[in-house]
Amino acid sequence: MDGAPRSNDATTEGPFLRLGLSGIALLYLALFLVLPLVAVFVEAFAKGLGPFLAAVTEPDALSAVKLTLIVAAISVPMNLVFGVAAAWAIAKYEFWGKSFLITLIDLPFSVSPVISGLVYILLFGAQGLLGPWLYEHDIKIIFAVPGIVLATIFVTFPFIARELIPLMQEQGTSEEEAAISLGASGWQTFRRVTLPNIRWGLLYGVLLCNARAMGEFGAVSVVSGHVRGLTNTMPLHVEILYNEYNFTASFAVASLLALLALVTLILKSVLEWRYGDEIAASARH
Amino acid sequence: MFDRHQGNRRPRGRTMAGKVRRLASALVLGAAVMAAPVLSARADTTLLNVSYDPTREFYKDFNEAFAAHYKKETGETVTLQASHGGSGKQARSVIDGLEADVVTLALASDIDAIADRGLIAPDWQKRLADNSSPYTSTIVFLVRKGNPKGIKDWNDLVADGVEVITPNPKTSGGARWNYLAAWAYALKHNGGDEARAKDFVARLYTHVPVLDTGARGSTTTFVQRGIGDVLLAWENEAFLALKELGPGEFEIVVPSLSILAEPPVAVVDKVVDKRGTRKQAEAYLNYLYSTEGQALAAKWFYRPRDPAVAAKYKDIFPKVELVTIDDAAFGGWRKAQATHFGDGGVFDQIYKPK
Repeated sequence: MDGAPRSNDATTEGPFLRLGLSGIALLYLALFLVLPLVAVFVEAFAKGLGPFLAAVTEPDALSAVKLTLIVAAISVPMNLVFGVAAAWAIAKYEFWGKSFLITLIDLPFSVSPVISGLVYILLFGAQGLLGPWLYEHDIKIIFAVPGIVLATIFVTFPFIARELIPLMQEQGTSEEEAAISLGASGWQTFRRVTLPNIRWGLLYGVLLCNARAMGEFGAVSVVSGHVRGLTNTMPLHVEILYNEYNFTASFAVASLLALLALVTLILKSVLEWRYGDEIAASARH
Repeated sequence: MFDRHQGNRRPRGRTMAGKVRRLASALVLGAAVMAAPVLSARADTTLLNVSYDPTREFYKDFNEAFAAHYKKETGETVTLQASHGGSGKQARSVIDGLEADVVTLALASDIDAIADRGLIAPDWQKRLADNSSPYTSTIVFLVRKGNPKGIKDWNDLVADGVEVITPNPKTSGGARWNYLAAWAYALKHNGGDEARAKDFVARLYTHVPVLDTGARGSTTTFVQRGIGDVLLAWENEAFLALKELGPGEFEIVVPSLSILAEPPVAVVDKVVDKRGTRKQAEAYLNYLYSTEGQALAAKWFYRPRDPAVAAKYKDIFPKVELVTIDDAAFGGWRKAQATHFGDGGVFDQIYKPK
């Protein structure tokens, strides 16, 4: 390293251009990312620590936090399984209708979340397709936890699959073929060859999926019914508090939500830092 | 959930699969533990009250009072749950299957819509006293401190340069009352000439820069975002805004004529019969008519029906000439809804977004 020649001047931008560009990038970040984030925390603590703690430990807020975590804890593992399965099928096999499947996976990205919610109302609502049957069997989906989970799964479906498909395609099938020809079973091959190769992409997908699952508003708002302490997730609770002129409490819960997202990001950075070499070895991320 | 059929495979070791598996089972276990209290919350008798926007503060108070009252009377514990939103949207949710034991909405036609789907008996409005409306309100103006535009009555709203904030009558109950109050004023001052009333209301809506979907949204637009010169608001919402958001920054102006807004309540028959909560739900609505319930309504700026309670609070609520929805000019909510707010109705004819 030390003895390497310094990079050629012709391929390096002048110092002003470099400073200017990074300055613009930083300013942009500060304006659109850092400033709003800071504003949330400033508003949350505007009246001191006491009101902040009161707002986040209030029973309705606690149940909103609980529900948000439950929804994420169910929808993320589901999407983990389906995401890996879909990516595996798409990357390792050739079959008819493959590109259609890829388009289908992207569907939740291109559909407005409100529509994603309405779809479930049309399916499971009392006036919907399956509504009367569900009513007779006393199964509650819409305006209850299952509906919220379903809507969240729908909206967060592409995150893991989308992360894995290019990675797995790039890696090809040669290692798996080698494993199988040495006598490994299908499951062994997946667990000991494929999984280690994709773990960082997988982790990244899981983190993104989790962040969105906790933060989803539109789709969840449509199917929630907004019952306090029962079907309000954190983003919905933030809106309710804001509409009740309860600005400090509203921003307190919002800051909690932001904090959860930050923890996710920090977790990712820590993992990257600890396993940096491994990550570099396994290509992306 | 994930672990079961993979249980006896070895070696666990330090593979990613092992980690993922343990993580998955931990998550599922965690979810189960956390879900338990949420699910068991329904084990006691619970009542869900699906209500409209500005009643949040009132029902928060009232629910506590009722739970205590019911415990004392019967020894039973009843837990109240509440859902708030625009009145029309809330009715839609109940129609779509939100299991409300009682609905307390902004106007009769929203409950009619639920009754039309067979969830509530058609004669619901006759089951309780006073048109099933235990409290009333009216429409007043909220203006900025010192009333810089000198707004005193409805005709001042169409003066040059006055911006009026009111929600969309298609989605908001309060907005429909606003609209009809303006209509009633115009009829009275034009000798009952409907064409001229229509003209007046059309002119009024050219002064509206933005139509929010609900009453609370409009209040926020006017108060927080500082848009507009006058807010047409529920009387209770106007008082609440004064109380919560800065006494001294706004003033209430009472017009010469307004409308008697009757927000009705009803038990949702199909739901209470299925859940076996009719007794509690009826007790809940009846308690709204009790002295305690009426006093709480007055405390949150709803006009109480009970004459004794009303006398106690008479200094708060200004006297104002009120027309009702059953006046000949409107002919009840079913007719007014169809004439004014239905597809292609009067509002559709006069409102042109800028």
